[in-house]
Amino acid sequence: MNIEERLLNGDKRACARLITMLESNHNEAVDILKRLYKNTGKAYVIGVTGPPGAGKSTLTDKLVKELRKQDKKVGIIAIDPTSPFSGGAILGDRIRMNDLSLDKNIFIRSMGTRGSLGGMSRATWGAVKVLDIFGCDFIFIETVGVGQSEVDIVKTADTVLMVMVPNLGDDIQAIKAGIMEIADVFAINKSDLDGADKTKLEVEMNLDLNEDMDFRPPVIKVSAAKNKDIDVLLEKIMEHRRYLEETNKLEDKRIRNNKMELLKMVEEDLMTLIMDKAVKDDLLEKLARDVTLRNIDPYTAKEEILKLIVSE
Amino acid sequence: MDRPIRVLVAKPGLDGHDRGAKVIARALRDAGMEVIYTGLRQTPEQIVAAAIQEDVDVVAMSILSGAHNHLFLKVVNLLKEEGVEDMLIIGGGVIPEDDIPFLIESGIEAIFTPGTSTKDVVEYIKNNLKR
Repeated sequence: MNIEERLLNGDKRACARLITMLESNHNEAVDILKRLYKNTGKAYVIGVTGPPGAGKSTLTDKLVKELRKQDKKVGIIAIDPTSPFSGGAILGDRIRMNDLSLDKNIFIRSMGTRGSLGGMSRATWGAVKVLDIFGCDFIFIETVGVGQSEVDIVKTADTVLMVMVPNLGDDIQAIKAGIMEIADVFAINKSDLDGADKTKLEVEMNLDLNEDMDFRPPVIKVSAAKNKDIDVLLEKIMEHRRYLEETNKLEDKRIRNNKMELLKMVEEDLMTLIMDKAVKDDLLEKLARDVTLRNIDPYTAKEEILKLIVSE
Repeated sequence: MDRPIRVLVAKPGLDGHDRGAKVIARALRDAGMEVIYTGLRQTPEQIVAAAIQEDVDVVAMSILSGAHNHLFLKVVNLLKEEGVEDMLIIGGGVIPEDDIPFLIESGIEAIFTPGTSTKDVVEYIKNNLKR
Protein backbone atom coordinates (compact mmCIF):
# COMPACT_ATOMS: atom_id res chain seq x y z
CA MET A 1 0.00 0.00 0.00
CA ASN A 2 1.28 3.46 -0.75
CA ILE A 3 1.28 6.30 1.73
CA GLU A 4 -1.90 7.76 0.26
CA GLU A 5 -3.91 4.58 0.75
CA ARG A 6 -2.44 4.06 4.18
CA LEU A 7 -3.49 7.54 5.24
CA LEU A 8 -7.02 6.92 4.01
CA ASN A 9 -6.98 3.72 6.07
CA GLY A 10 -6.11 5.71 9.19
CA ASP A 11 -2.49 4.55 9.43
CA LYS A 12 -0.67 6.71 12.00
CA ARG A 13 2.78 6.28 10.47
CA ALA A 14 1.54 7.41 7.08
CA CYS A 15 -0.12 10.40 8.72
CA ALA A 16 3.10 11.26 10.57
CA ARG A 17 5.32 10.86 7.53
CA LEU A 18 3.10 13.00 5.34
CA ILE A 19 3.24 15.82 7.90
CA THR A 20 7.05 15.56 7.93
CA MET A 21 7.09 15.76 4.14
CA LEU A 22 4.84 18.81 4.19
CA GLU A 23 7.06 20.45 6.80
CA SER A 24 9.97 20.10 4.42
CA ASN A 25 7.84 21.27 1.54
CA HIS A 26 8.15 18.02 -0.33
CA ASN A 27 6.49 18.04 -3.78
CA GLU A 28 5.20 14.51 -3.48
CA ALA A 29 3.29 15.41 -0.32
CA VAL A 30 1.75 18.42 -2.00
CA ASP A 31 0.66 16.23 -4.92
CA ILE A 32 -0.99 13.82 -2.50
CA LEU A 33 -2.90 16.68 -0.87
CA LYS A 34 -3.97 17.94 -4.27
CA ARG A 35 -5.54 14.56 -4.96
CA LEU A 36 -7.04 14.10 -1.50
CA TYR A 37 -8.25 17.65 -0.91
CA LYS A 38 -11.80 16.59 -1.71
CA ASN A 39 -11.64 14.32 1.34
CA THR A 40 -11.15 17.25 3.71
CA GLY A 41 -13.68 19.57 5.31
CA LYS A 42 -15.12 17.14 7.81
CA ALA A 43 -13.02 18.16 10.78
CA TYR A 44 -13.87 21.06 13.06
CA VAL A 45 -10.79 23.10 13.90
CA ILE A 46 -10.28 24.66 17.32
CA GLY A 47 -7.42 27.10 17.86
CA VAL A 48 -6.04 27.36 21.38
CA THR A 49 -3.88 30.32 22.22
CA GLY A 50 -2.82 32.48 25.13
CA PRO A 51 0.31 33.55 26.99
CA PRO A 52 3.10 31.12 27.89
CA GLY A 53 2.26 29.12 30.98
CA ALA A 54 -1.47 29.78 30.77
CA GLY A 55 -2.13 26.05 30.65
CA LYS A 56 -2.98 25.62 26.97
CA SER A 57 -1.57 22.10 26.69
CA THR A 58 -3.13 20.91 29.93
CA LEU A 59 -6.47 22.42 28.96
CA THR A 60 -6.28 20.88 25.48
CA ASP A 61 -5.54 17.52 27.10
CA LYS A 62 -8.67 17.82 29.26
CA LEU A 63 -10.90 19.02 26.41
CA VAL A 64 -9.74 16.13 24.25
CA LYS A 65 -10.53 13.65 27.03
CA GLU A 66 -14.01 15.14 27.20
CA LEU A 67 -14.41 14.69 23.43
CA ARG A 68 -13.18 11.12 23.67
CA LYS A 69 -16.14 10.40 25.98
CA GLN A 70 -18.27 11.22 22.95
CA ASP A 71 -16.13 8.85 20.87
CA LYS A 72 -14.73 11.60 18.67
CA LYS A 73 -11.45 11.17 16.82
CA VAL A 74 -9.11 14.04 17.63
CA GLY A 75 -5.91 15.47 16.17
CA ILE A 76 -3.66 17.90 18.03
CA ILE A 77 -1.01 20.14 16.49
CA ALA A 78 1.11 21.66 19.23
CA ILE A 79 3.36 24.50 18.10
CA ASP A 80 6.33 25.67 20.17
CA PRO A 81 8.87 28.33 19.27
CA THR A 82 12.01 27.55 17.33
CA SER A 83 15.15 29.25 18.60
CA PRO A 84 16.05 32.05 16.21
CA PHE A 85 19.70 31.48 17.13
CA SER A 86 20.25 27.78 16.56
CA GLY A 87 17.19 26.85 14.54
CA GLY A 88 16.54 24.15 17.11
CA ALA A 89 13.54 23.78 19.38
CA ILE A 90 12.38 21.99 22.46
CA LEU A 91 8.84 20.83 21.90
CA GLY A 92 7.37 20.04 25.27
CA ASP A 93 3.61 20.12 24.87
CA ARG A 94 3.35 16.33 24.82
CA ILE A 95 4.42 16.24 28.46
CA ARG A 96 0.93 17.42 29.42
CA MET A 97 -0.77 14.99 27.07
CA ASN A 98 0.97 11.71 27.73
CA ASP A 99 -2.21 9.87 28.69
CA LEU A 100 -3.48 10.51 25.18
CA SER A 101 -0.54 8.94 23.34
CA LEU A 102 -1.82 5.40 23.32
CA ASP A 103 -5.39 6.14 22.27
CA LYS A 104 -5.68 5.03 18.67
CA ASN A 105 -8.23 7.76 17.98
CA ILE A 106 -5.88 10.54 18.99
CA PHE A 107 -2.93 11.86 17.03
CA ILE A 108 -0.56 14.42 18.53
CA ARG A 109 2.08 16.22 16.54
CA SER A 110 4.55 18.81 17.84
CA MET A 111 5.85 21.44 15.46
CA GLY A 112 8.51 24.12 15.75
CA THR A 113 7.82 27.56 14.33
CA ARG A 114 11.07 27.34 12.32
CA GLY A 115 11.25 31.10 11.85
CA SER A 116 9.07 33.26 9.68
CA LEU A 117 10.70 31.92 6.54
CA GLY A 118 10.25 28.34 7.63
CA GLY A 119 6.78 28.13 6.17
CA MET A 120 5.13 27.41 9.48
CA SER A 121 1.68 28.45 8.36
CA ARG A 122 1.84 26.32 5.27
CA ALA A 123 3.08 23.32 7.24
CA THR A 124 0.41 23.78 9.89
CA TRP A 125 -2.41 24.11 7.38
CA GLY A 126 -1.02 21.09 5.57
CA ALA A 127 -0.99 19.12 8.80
CA VAL A 128 -4.62 20.13 9.44
CA LYS A 129 -5.57 18.71 6.05
CA VAL A 130 -3.67 15.49 6.68
CA LEU A 131 -5.40 15.02 10.04
CA ASP A 132 -8.74 15.78 8.40
CA ILE A 133 -8.14 13.07 5.78
CA PHE A 134 -6.89 10.80 8.58
CA GLY A 135 -10.46 11.00 9.85
CA CYS A 136 -10.34 13.41 12.78
CA ASP A 137 -13.65 14.92 13.89
CA PHE A 138 -11.84 17.67 15.77
CA ILE A 139 -8.41 19.21 15.30
CA PHE A 140 -6.78 21.39 17.94
CA ILE A 141 -4.05 23.84 16.96
CA GLU A 142 -2.25 24.99 20.06
CA THR A 143 0.24 27.83 20.00
CA VAL A 144 1.60 30.64 22.11
CA GLY A 145 -0.25 33.81 21.23
CA VAL A 146 2.80 35.88 20.48
CA GLY A 147 4.19 36.64 17.07
CA GLN A 148 2.19 37.56 14.02
CA SER A 149 2.42 34.21 12.28
CA GLU A 150 1.29 32.35 15.38
CA VAL A 151 -1.72 34.63 15.61
CA ASP A 152 -2.40 34.20 11.88
CA ILE A 153 -2.40 30.45 12.27
CA VAL A 154 -4.71 30.32 15.21
CA LYS A 155 -7.01 32.86 13.61
CA THR A 156 -7.81 30.41 10.84
CA ALA A 157 -9.44 27.97 13.24
CA ASP A 158 -13.24 27.64 13.22
CA THR A 159 -13.37 28.49 16.92
CA VAL A 160 -10.58 30.34 18.70
CA LEU A 161 -10.20 29.60 22.41
CA MET A 162 -8.21 32.18 24.32
CA VAL A 163 -6.71 30.82 27.52
CA MET A 164 -5.98 33.46 30.15
CA VAL A 165 -4.77 33.28 33.71
CA PRO A 166 -5.20 35.56 36.68
CA ASN A 167 -2.54 38.08 37.71
CA LEU A 168 -0.66 38.46 34.45
CA GLY A 169 -1.20 42.19 34.41
CA ASP A 170 -4.04 44.64 34.36
CA ASP A 171 -6.74 44.84 31.76
CA ILE A 172 -4.61 47.14 29.62
CA GLN A 173 -2.49 44.09 28.80
CA ALA A 174 -5.54 42.41 27.36
CA ILE A 175 -6.43 45.38 25.19
CA LYS A 176 -2.98 46.14 23.87
CA ALA A 177 -2.15 42.56 23.04
CA GLY A 178 -4.78 42.72 20.33
CA ILE A 179 -5.93 39.30 21.35
CA MET A 180 -9.41 40.23 22.41
CA GLU A 181 -10.57 40.49 18.83
CA ILE A 182 -9.68 37.02 17.67
CA ALA A 183 -11.20 35.04 20.54
CA ASP A 184 -14.56 33.31 20.22
CA VAL A 185 -14.44 31.78 23.68
CA PHE A 186 -12.38 32.82 26.70
CA ALA A 187 -11.16 30.40 29.34
CA ILE A 188 -9.82 31.84 32.57
CA ASN A 189 -7.64 28.96 33.65
CA LYS A 190 -6.27 28.32 37.15
CA SER A 191 -9.58 29.52 38.50
CA ASP A 192 -8.59 28.43 41.99
CA LEU A 193 -6.09 31.28 42.13
CA ASP A 194 -6.95 34.61 43.69
CA GLY A 195 -7.76 37.11 41.01
CA ALA A 196 -9.66 34.76 38.69
CA ASP A 197 -12.91 36.67 39.22
CA LYS A 198 -11.14 39.95 38.60
CA THR A 199 -9.61 38.68 35.34
CA LYS A 200 -13.00 37.41 34.21
CA LEU A 201 -14.55 40.76 35.04
CA GLU A 202 -11.87 42.63 33.10
CA VAL A 203 -12.41 40.48 30.03
CA GLU A 204 -16.17 40.94 30.32
CA MET A 205 -15.74 44.69 30.63
CA ASN A 206 -13.59 44.75 27.52
CA LEU A 207 -16.21 42.77 25.68
CA ASP A 208 -18.84 45.26 26.84
CA LEU A 209 -17.05 47.89 24.78
CA ASN A 210 -17.48 45.94 21.55
CA GLU A 211 -20.52 46.94 19.60
CA ASP A 212 -22.71 44.78 17.39
CA MET A 213 -21.64 41.39 18.55
CA ASP A 214 -23.83 38.68 17.07
CA PHE A 215 -22.08 36.19 19.26
CA ARG A 216 -20.72 37.49 22.52
CA PRO A 217 -17.69 35.38 23.46
CA PRO A 218 -18.45 33.54 26.68
CA VAL A 219 -15.89 33.85 29.50
CA ILE A 220 -15.56 30.64 31.49
CA LYS A 221 -13.52 30.04 34.62
CA VAL A 222 -11.89 26.62 34.57
CA SER A 223 -9.12 24.69 36.24
CA ALA A 224 -7.43 22.38 33.77
CA ALA A 225 -5.12 20.82 36.36
CA LYS A 226 -8.08 20.08 38.64
CA ASN A 227 -10.32 19.10 35.74
CA LYS A 228 -12.94 21.60 36.84
CA ASP A 229 -15.65 22.92 34.52
CA ILE A 230 -14.02 21.50 31.40
CA ASP A 231 -17.42 20.18 30.30
CA VAL A 232 -18.89 23.68 30.63
CA LEU A 233 -16.10 25.08 28.48
CA LEU A 234 -16.53 22.41 25.82
CA GLU A 235 -20.25 23.11 25.73
CA LYS A 236 -19.52 26.81 25.10
CA ILE A 237 -17.18 25.88 22.25
CA MET A 238 -19.97 23.74 20.79
CA GLU A 239 -22.39 26.62 21.26
CA HIS A 240 -20.11 28.78 19.11
CA ARG A 241 -19.98 26.03 16.52
CA ARG A 242 -23.76 25.76 16.44
CA TYR A 243 -24.03 29.52 16.09
CA LEU A 244 -21.66 29.49 13.10
CA GLU A 245 -23.45 26.59 11.48
CA GLU A 246 -26.98 27.83 12.06
CA THR A 247 -26.27 31.31 10.72
CA ASN A 248 -24.22 30.00 7.75
CA LYS A 249 -21.32 31.99 9.14
CA LEU A 250 -19.06 28.94 9.18
CA GLU A 251 -18.84 28.99 5.43
CA ASP A 252 -18.15 32.74 5.41
CA LYS A 253 -15.46 32.25 8.00
CA ARG A 254 -13.85 29.43 6.04
CA ILE A 255 -13.88 31.49 2.85
CA ARG A 256 -12.12 34.26 4.76
CA ASN A 257 -9.62 31.78 6.17
CA ASN A 258 -8.96 30.25 2.77
CA LYS A 259 -8.36 33.68 1.35
CA MET A 260 -5.75 34.26 4.01
CA GLU A 261 -4.23 30.82 3.47
CA LEU A 262 -3.92 31.40 -0.27
CA LEU A 263 -2.31 34.79 0.21
CA LYS A 264 0.04 33.40 2.81
CA MET A 265 1.10 30.53 0.56
CA VAL A 266 1.77 32.89 -2.32
CA GLU A 267 3.69 35.15 0.03
CA GLU A 268 5.80 32.26 1.33
CA ASP A 269 6.54 31.03 -2.18
CA LEU A 270 7.54 34.49 -3.33
CA MET A 271 9.74 34.91 -0.27
CA THR A 272 11.41 31.57 -0.95
CA LEU A 273 11.98 32.59 -4.54
CA ILE A 274 13.47 35.92 -3.53
CA MET A 275 15.59 34.45 -0.77
CA ASP A 276 16.85 31.67 -3.02
CA LYS A 277 18.00 34.13 -5.62
CA ALA A 278 19.09 37.07 -3.49
CA VAL A 279 20.94 34.96 -0.96
CA LYS A 280 22.45 32.53 -3.43
CA ASP A 281 23.95 35.26 -5.56
CA ASP A 282 25.08 37.20 -2.49
CA LEU A 283 22.96 40.05 -3.78
CA LEU A 284 21.36 40.61 -0.40
CA GLU A 285 24.74 40.72 1.28
CA LYS A 286 26.12 43.11 -1.32
CA LEU A 287 23.12 45.43 -1.25
CA ALA A 288 23.05 45.53 2.55
CA ARG A 289 26.70 46.51 2.51
CA ASP A 290 26.10 49.19 -0.10
CA VAL A 291 23.17 50.59 1.85
CA THR A 292 25.36 50.76 4.96
CA LEU A 293 28.16 52.50 3.08
CA ARG A 294 25.63 54.91 1.59
CA ASN A 295 26.52 53.75 -1.93
CA ILE A 296 22.86 53.12 -2.55
CA ASP A 297 19.65 54.02 -0.77
CA PRO A 298 17.51 51.22 0.68
CA TYR A 299 14.57 51.98 -1.61
CA THR A 300 16.54 51.51 -4.80
CA ALA A 301 18.15 48.42 -3.27
CA LYS A 302 14.71 46.98 -2.60
CA GLU A 303 13.76 47.55 -6.23
CA GLU A 304 16.90 45.66 -7.27
CA ILE A 305 15.73 42.66 -5.26
CA LEU A 306 12.18 42.86 -6.61
CA LYS A 307 13.54 42.86 -10.17
CA LEU A 308 14.65 39.29 -9.52
CA ILE A 309 11.11 38.04 -9.63
CA VAL A 310 9.21 40.72 -11.49
CA SER A 311 11.17 40.03 -14.64
CA GLU A 312 9.94 36.45 -14.61
CA MET B 1 15.50 17.72 1.75
CA ASP B 2 17.05 20.05 4.25
CA ARG B 3 15.06 19.80 7.43
CA PRO B 4 15.93 19.83 11.12
CA ILE B 5 16.78 16.53 12.75
CA ARG B 6 13.91 15.50 15.02
CA VAL B 7 14.78 13.73 18.25
CA LEU B 8 12.51 12.19 20.86
CA VAL B 9 14.14 12.48 24.28
CA ALA B 10 12.39 9.95 26.47
CA LYS B 11 12.53 8.85 30.09
CA PRO B 12 11.33 5.26 30.35
CA GLY B 13 10.54 3.72 33.71
CA LEU B 14 10.16 4.98 37.20
CA ASP B 15 13.19 7.04 38.10
CA GLY B 16 12.43 10.67 38.66
CA HIS B 17 15.66 12.27 37.57
CA ASP B 18 15.72 14.10 34.28
CA ARG B 19 18.52 16.60 34.70
CA GLY B 20 20.64 14.60 32.25
CA ALA B 21 17.82 14.27 29.75
CA LYS B 22 17.20 18.01 29.93
CA VAL B 23 20.88 18.85 29.46
CA ILE B 24 20.92 16.61 26.38
CA ALA B 25 17.68 18.14 25.09
CA ARG B 26 19.12 21.61 25.47
CA ALA B 27 22.39 20.65 23.76
CA LEU B 28 20.54 19.10 20.81
CA ARG B 29 18.35 22.18 20.53
CA ASP B 30 21.44 24.37 20.46
CA ALA B 31 22.79 22.15 17.70
CA GLY B 32 19.72 23.05 15.62
CA MET B 33 17.62 19.96 16.25
CA GLU B 34 13.93 19.77 17.11
CA VAL B 35 13.66 17.96 20.40
CA ILE B 36 10.42 16.46 21.58
CA TYR B 37 10.65 15.77 25.29
CA THR B 38 8.19 13.23 26.72
CA GLY B 39 8.59 14.04 30.39
CA LEU B 40 9.18 11.55 33.18
CA ARG B 41 7.93 8.02 33.74
CA GLN B 42 6.95 6.87 30.29
CA THR B 43 6.05 3.33 29.38
CA PRO B 44 7.79 1.82 26.34
CA GLU B 45 4.39 1.85 24.62
CA GLN B 46 4.02 5.59 25.16
CA ILE B 47 7.54 6.23 23.89
CA VAL B 48 6.91 4.24 20.72
CA ALA B 49 3.57 5.96 20.13
CA ALA B 50 5.22 9.36 20.49
CA ALA B 51 8.15 8.39 18.24
CA ILE B 52 5.75 7.32 15.51
CA GLN B 53 3.38 10.28 15.72
CA GLU B 54 6.26 12.73 15.83
CA ASP B 55 8.03 10.87 13.01
CA VAL B 56 11.39 11.40 14.67
CA ASP B 57 14.80 10.53 13.25
CA VAL B 58 16.22 9.61 16.64
CA VAL B 59 14.88 8.06 19.85
CA ALA B 60 17.18 9.00 22.73
CA MET B 61 16.34 7.36 26.04
CA SER B 62 17.71 8.20 29.46
CA ILE B 63 17.48 5.87 32.38
CA LEU B 64 19.00 5.92 35.85
CA SER B 65 17.03 3.26 37.63
CA GLY B 66 18.90 0.19 36.44
CA ALA B 67 16.02 -1.17 34.39
CA HIS B 68 17.75 -0.40 31.09
CA ASN B 69 18.16 -4.00 29.94
CA HIS B 70 14.44 -4.51 30.21
CA LEU B 71 13.01 -1.16 29.13
CA PHE B 72 15.41 -0.24 26.30
CA LEU B 73 14.88 -3.64 24.79
CA LYS B 74 11.13 -3.32 25.00
CA VAL B 75 11.23 -0.05 23.04
CA VAL B 76 13.47 -1.62 20.39
CA ASN B 77 11.13 -4.57 20.02
CA LEU B 78 7.96 -2.49 19.90
CA LEU B 79 9.45 -0.30 17.19
CA LYS B 80 10.38 -3.43 15.27
CA GLU B 81 6.83 -4.73 15.61
CA GLU B 82 5.56 -1.47 14.16
CA GLY B 83 7.90 -1.94 11.22
CA VAL B 84 9.98 1.13 12.05
CA GLU B 85 13.46 0.73 10.64
CA ASP B 86 14.62 4.25 9.95
CA MET B 87 15.01 5.57 13.49
CA LEU B 88 18.34 5.76 15.27
CA ILE B 89 17.89 4.41 18.81
CA ILE B 90 20.37 5.51 21.47
CA GLY B 91 20.49 5.40 25.25
CA GLY B 92 22.20 7.06 28.14
CA GLY B 93 22.36 7.16 31.90
CA VAL B 94 23.95 5.19 34.68
CA ILE B 95 24.62 2.00 32.77
CA PRO B 96 27.30 -0.51 33.85
CA GLU B 97 30.03 -1.27 31.30
CA ASP B 98 29.12 -4.94 31.44
CA ASP B 99 25.60 -4.31 30.18
CA ILE B 100 26.63 -2.28 27.16
CA PRO B 101 27.56 -5.12 24.76
CA PHE B 102 24.19 -6.76 25.36
CA LEU B 103 22.33 -3.49 24.69
CA ILE B 104 24.29 -2.81 21.51
CA GLU B 105 23.61 -6.33 20.32
CA SER B 106 19.92 -5.86 21.03
CA GLY B 107 19.60 -2.86 18.76
CA ILE B 108 20.50 0.18 20.85
CA GLU B 109 23.07 1.70 18.55
CA ALA B 110 25.03 3.67 21.12
CA ILE B 111 25.14 4.06 24.88
CA PHE B 112 26.37 7.27 26.48
CA THR B 113 27.43 7.08 30.10
CA PRO B 114 28.13 9.85 32.66
CA GLY B 115 30.97 12.12 31.62
CA THR B 116 30.11 12.06 27.93
CA SER B 117 30.48 15.46 26.31
CA THR B 118 27.26 16.73 24.77
CA LYS B 119 29.29 17.55 21.65
CA ASP B 120 30.00 13.84 21.20
CA VAL B 121 26.29 13.05 21.33
CA VAL B 122 25.49 15.76 18.78
CA GLU B 123 28.24 14.52 16.46
CA TYR B 124 27.18 10.91 16.84
CA ILE B 125 23.60 11.73 15.91
CA LYS B 126 24.58 13.83 12.91
CA ASN B 127 26.82 11.07 11.57
CA ASN B 128 24.53 8.12 12.14
CA LEU B 129 21.10 9.16 10.93
CA LYS B 130 19.21 6.50 9.03
CA ARG B 131 17.01 8.70 6.90
